[in-house]
Amino acid sequence: MADKIFRVNMTDLSTSIEDVPADWAGHGGRGLTSTIVAAEVPPTCHPLGPNNKLIFAPGLLSGTTASNSGRISCGSKSPLTGTIKESNSGGTSAQRLARMGCKALIIEGQPQDDNWYSLSLTSDGITISKEEELVGQGNFAVVEAVERRFTDKIGILSIGQTGEMQMSAANISVKDPDSHLRSLGRGGLGAVMGSKKIKFIALDAGDHKVDIADPDAFKAANKTFTKALVDHPVSQALGTYGTNVLVNIINEAGGLPTRNFTAGQFDGHEQISGETMHDLIVERGGKPKHGCHQGCVIQCSQIYNDLKGNYKTSGIEYESIWAMGADCTVDDLDQIAEMDHILDDIGIDTIETAVAFGVAMEGGVLDFGDSKEMIRIMTDEIAKGTPLGRIIGNGAANVGKTYGVTRVPVVKNQAIPAYDPRAIKGIGITYATSTQGADHTMGYTIATEILGVGGSADPLSKEGQVELSRNLQIATAAIDSTGMCLFIAFAALDNGACLPALVDMLNARFGISLTAADVTNLGMSILKTEHAFNQAAGFTNLDDRLPEFFATESIPPHDAIWDFSGEEIDAFWNF
Amino acid sequence: MRVQVKLFAFFREGRFIKEERELPEGCTVGEVVDALHIDREEVGVLMLNSRHCQFDTNLHGGDIIAIFPVIGGG
Repeated sequence: MADKIFRVNMTDLSTSIEDVPADWAGHGGRGLTSTIVAAEVPPTCHPLGPNNKLIFAPGLLSGTTASNSGRISCGSKSPLTGTIKESNSGGTSAQRLARMGCKALIIEGQPQDDNWYSLSLTSDGITISKEEELVGQGNFAVVEAVERRFTDKIGILSIGQTGEMQMSAANISVKDPDSHLRSLGRGGLGAVMGSKKIKFIALDAGDHKVDIADPDAFKAANKTFTKALVDHPVSQALGTYGTNVLVNIINEAGGLPTRNFTAGQFDGHEQISGETMHDLIVERGGKPKHGCHQGCVIQCSQIYNDLKGNYKTSGIEYESIWAMGADCTVDDLDQIAEMDHILDDIGIDTIETAVAFGVAMEGGVLDFGDSKEMIRIMTDEIAKGTPLGRIIGNGAANVGKTYGVTRVPVVKNQAIPAYDPRAIKGIGITYATSTQGADHTMGYTIATEILGVGGSADPLSKEGQVELSRNLQIATAAIDSTGMCLFIAFAALDNGACLPALVDMLNARFGISLTAADVTNLGMSILKTEHAFNQAAGFTNLDDRLPEFFATESIPPHDAIWDFSGEEIDAFWNF
Repeated sequence: MRVQVKLFAFFREGRFIKEERELPEGCTVGEVVDALHIDREEVGVLMLNSRHCQFDTNLHGGDIIAIFPVIGGG
C-alpha cells in the first residue's frame, strides 16, 4: 500500500486522499511538514486565518519496529512567532498515521459558521463530524470520551480550552500508550487547530502494518541501532532520573535561569532535582521509568504520583520543572506536578506559560514563589479566558508588553528555555538563529558544552560555538525527519555504529541507497527551506538576536554577559 | 586543606550528597574521585567552583568539587 496525503478542507468540509508528489517522497516528519508549509502556506498569511494550514506527519521510520521511532511532527505558521513552526512529540499518533498509510495530514481552510468539529481517520479515508459534547472540556476528559466512542486503542490528537480560545501558547495533546498526554508543545499550534474549529482527531490504523522493502536488512540494522542506544550511559541515566537529572548540573554550571533570568543558580535546586524526584516517585509507588511511545528503549518518561499514591502527572520534563520551579522560584515538586497536570489538561505549553508567569511576577501581578496563586490563575483565569488569563496565555512577550517589563526572555516572541545563554553561550546561538524562535531542541549544544557528549566546548567562551550550533541544527533537522526521538543523538555523537545503522534502516524501509552525506544534506536543505519561508514572511538577520538585557545585565555566579556581535551570529547561515 | 565535595545521581548511593573533606595540600580532583571508590570510567563531568575541570586539576583550600556520572537530557 503506497503512502498517501490525506487532505481536509474545513471551509467546504471536503476531504481527499492524494498521491504523494515526487518532491515530497523522500521527506517525513519535520522535513515534510516544513516542505508542505513552504509550498502551500503564503508566508505573510495570518496564522489563525483561513490561509494557514496545519500539517501532521509521522517520521520516515514511524510505524516500523525501529526503536524510538514514534515521533510525530506538526507544522504550520506559528501564531506565537510568526515564523514557520515544527513541533514534535511522542505518543501513539505517529505510529497510527504511518500504519494507516498516511504520509501527511493537511488541514486547510476555516469553517464559515460557529460549529466545532472532529476528524476521524482510517486507512479508508477521513470523516468530519460536528462536535458539541466535548467543546469546553480539558484534554483528559476528551481522551476518556473519545476512547469510549471508539476503542481504547484509538490514537488521539486534541486541544484543551486554551486551543479553543486560540491563545498563542496553546499546544496540541497527543495520547500516550497509557491514555495520558504528551504535547506538541511549542509555538501555539493548538491555537491553529482551534482556528480550524477542530477539537480532536481520532486515528484508527486497524491491523495495518508498514511495508518494509528489505525486512532482513531492516532487522539487522535495528539490532545494531538498539544496542547503541541501550549501551550508552546517558540512556541509562535518562531511564532512572528522567530529563530532570539536569537541574543539578545546570545549576552547578551557573546556567540555571532563576527568578526571571536574574541569577544562574537557584537555592531550591535540590528540592526540584531529578534525584529528589526519583526518590519521591519510588516512595509513592509511581514509575521512574516509562516510555512515551511503544518501542522506546530509553524510557525517560515517568509516572509521578501525589502524596496519597494517586496518579498526578507523567512525562514531566526538566524544562517544565525549571520553568515552573527556578524561573518562578517555586521549590516544591508536588506544586510543580499539580501545575504540569493543569497545563496538560487545558492544553498550553508549560515552558511558554511558566516563563510568562516569571515575567508577570516581575511585573507585580503576583509574588515570586507563589505557586498557589499560579494554580489559581491557571484554573480560574487561563482556563476560563479572563483578560488576565488571556494575557498570560498569549505568552511571555505579551505579558512583558502589558505590564511594562523589559526583562523579557524571548527570541521571535518565543520564551527562552532552561539554559541561560550568558553562562552557556552555544545555546544562545541556537536560540538566536533557530528558524522557530528560542528552542533548545533545535541544536542542543548543552550536550557538548555541559555534558561532555560529542566532544567538549567551554560554555563561557564564544570559541567554536557558532559552528557547534550549526552542525547540531543540521543534524537535528535530519533526525526530526526520521521519527526518531532526539535522545538518540547522545548515542549517535559517541558511538560510530549508531548513525550508519539509522541510515541502513531508512534504506531497508524504502529500498533506497542513502549515504550519511545525503542525510546531512537533507538537514541543510530543511533549514534553508525554513529560513527562506521566514525571510518571505518578513524576518531579517536583525531578528536573529537575543533580547538586549542579556548584553547589559551580567548573571551570577560567573558574572557572564552575552557578547556575540550581530556579524558573528549571522555567520551561522554560511553554509 | 578543607574542600567541599558534591556528588550527583547514582554516585550518591552509599556515599553522600555533600561533604566537607580534609585533604592534603596539592591533592588533585582525580585523587578525590579515587578515594571515593568511583570508577573514573563512569565519571561524565567534573566541575571545580562551577567550571569544568579534569582529573589532574589541583585543588586549593575552600574549593568546591562536583562529580557527575555520564548524564543527559534536554
